[in-house]
Amino acid sequence: MSASSLQQQYHQQKQDIPHLKSILVDNSLTFAEKAISIKNVEARNKKSKVISATGDIVVVDVDLAMAQDSTGPLAIRSLDEMGIDKLHDPSKVLLIIDHTFPAADEKVANLHALIRDFVSRHNCLLVEGSISHQYILEYLATPGMMILGADSHTCQAGCVSAFACGIGSTEIAAVWATGQLWLRVPETIKINLSGILNKGVFARDLILDYIGKVGEDGANYKSLEWKFSKENVRKQFSMDSRACISNASMECGAKISVFPVDEITRNYLNQNPRIGNGNLEKIEIQSGDSARYIDEFEIECNNIEPQVSGPDNVDKVHSVDELGNLEIDQAFIGSSTNGRIEDLEIAARILKSRKVHNNTRCVVTPASVRVYEEAIKRGYVEIYLESGAVFTNATCGACVGTHLGALGENEICVSSSSRNFVGRMGALSSKVYLASPATVAASAIEGKIADPRRYM
Amino acid sequence: MKGAGDSSSLTTDGNILIGRAWIFGDNINTDIIIPFRFKSRTNDPYEMAKYAMYGFDPDFHKKISKGDIVVAGRNFGGGSSREQAPVALKYAGISAVIAESFARIFYRNAFAIGLPALEIPEIKGKVNQGDELKIDINKFSAEISRTKQIFQAKNVPEFMRQMLLEGGLVEYYKRYKRFPWAH
Repeated sequence: MSASSLQQQYHQQKQDIPHLKSILVDNSLTFAEKAISIKNVEARNKKSKVISATGDIVVVDVDLAMAQDSTGPLAIRSLDEMGIDKLHDPSKVLLIIDHTFPAADEKVANLHALIRDFVSRHNCLLVEGSISHQYILEYLATPGMMILGADSHTCQAGCVSAFACGIGSTEIAAVWATGQLWLRVPETIKINLSGILNKGVFARDLILDYIGKVGEDGANYKSLEWKFSKENVRKQFSMDSRACISNASMECGAKISVFPVDEITRNYLNQNPRIGNGNLEKIEIQSGDSARYIDEFEIECNNIEPQVSGPDNVDKVHSVDELGNLEIDQAFIGSSTNGRIEDLEIAARILKSRKVHNNTRCVVTPASVRVYEEAIKRGYVEIYLESGAVFTNATCGACVGTHLGALGENEICVSSSSRNFVGRMGALSSKVYLASPATVAASAIEGKIADPRRYM
Repeated sequence: MKGAGDSSSLTTDGNILIGRAWIFGDNINTDIIIPFRFKSRTNDPYEMAKYAMYGFDPDFHKKISKGDIVVAGRNFGGGSSREQAPVALKYAGISAVIAESFARIFYRNAFAIGLPALEIPEIKGKVNQGDELKIDINKFSAEISRTKQIFQAKNVPEFMRQMLLEGGLVEYYKRYKRFPWAH
């Protein structure tokens, strides 16, 4: 089933949720409590109001269940082993071939073929050549939607106020079979943002700074709710920036990471029409004023500097000055964390009329086909090529060291991708440092980790 | 305990696991447990097993004995959602993982594929490399044979323990034709 055929198949689908309004206006509930309460299977069955409180284990209805080319094959295997040959609702099942797209070798090609065969047998949705999280943001995610994905960065869709989190292959197979899964209602950490980010400082620096302070498990099992002190604080966070923050929240273990719906969300959804099951009636969930948080955290945006994280752990965060002279072999701009048009724009601005350093490779990878097309339209691709950078198709490739920018022994890469774990991008002895696309672009020019503020 | 991997051959009783400890530190993430480029090129659990703990030692799978137990620090299994991580450990012969804490998705995955994951914060510093451990799945506890100390793991809902006893979600479904959380 192609994306365009789905577009005609659906219009706005009304959601029949018992006591929806009274749950939404309940002042004592967090986003997570409300989002899970409205998808509670028991409440739907009994047509009664059931409040799912923090700590409860709840079986929920799932609106979208995704797997990609490195988690899908195992899900298909589990489904086959269970002897299940019918999906609960194929319109809610999404397979995305993104990680090693196009296939880098025969072994990958065979697993891609397994996925295509599964999709044609079950008539579910298949997307090839856009990173799943970006595709879901562009076409499917909607406020209040329950999205589970066999990919940890599924939490990205919290940027449009969906309840979105990652699970594994066998559990996604169970969702495909039944449309349901159990979830524990997470505790919530409220993060209050104030101030304005300085020139050369971006959403990625903000979330790296936060992870550096709380640690790689600082939000393990938790829901993060991002709040703004003022209008101008809120307005500086575009949808691309919010997606970066929600996505990277995984690196401190967050289960979901949610921005409240505002006009930026509504404008984004209007400009990027939903297809298929994305046309589910929007449910705008705002946490209540007296909701209980396990912790609150203050971030003054104006105090954040460009951050560089690494090597080996994401919470090993430094200011760019501390690593300023570290020579690099590769600079990578891309991934679901930072491969959107805003990211490609800042990279183009910095690389324009400049050359990538002789000792450095620079690889730019858009997060989706739509971002790819936009980069061509805006002339960014010409800028990259003139600077000596390589522009690839949309894929997770380099971020996971599978193709299009893997690292050899002892090589050093500064990267806007999601993780810097040992061997993440290739050889076990290689090292990855994470930074914003601006810092990566500046580093590509200088051949060493560089402060982007010099290029602003 | 059952399951396709059936790595629990050292057990005397079905729900008791006995094995030697392998000690790890904090933040052993899924890229260390099995790198992407290997796990994304096979759908065969025994092939995945050849890369278990590759990021720690590429020969780890050759050095362990069937039934051995991983004992780790905080945030074991952080990072990717890859179910191949617990699968690789299980099929390499690891019978259980004990950690001070687990990352969320790894923990779910471990139960879903039938690899016992016991969260025991007090275990820190108590177990030596090679110590014999005895895990009781019914009581959800672990004993160090050398010191006779018994540690109670963090409790889990009964349906998760049932899933584990069957050898994971696939085995559970094959037996009951429903999922353990279903109404």
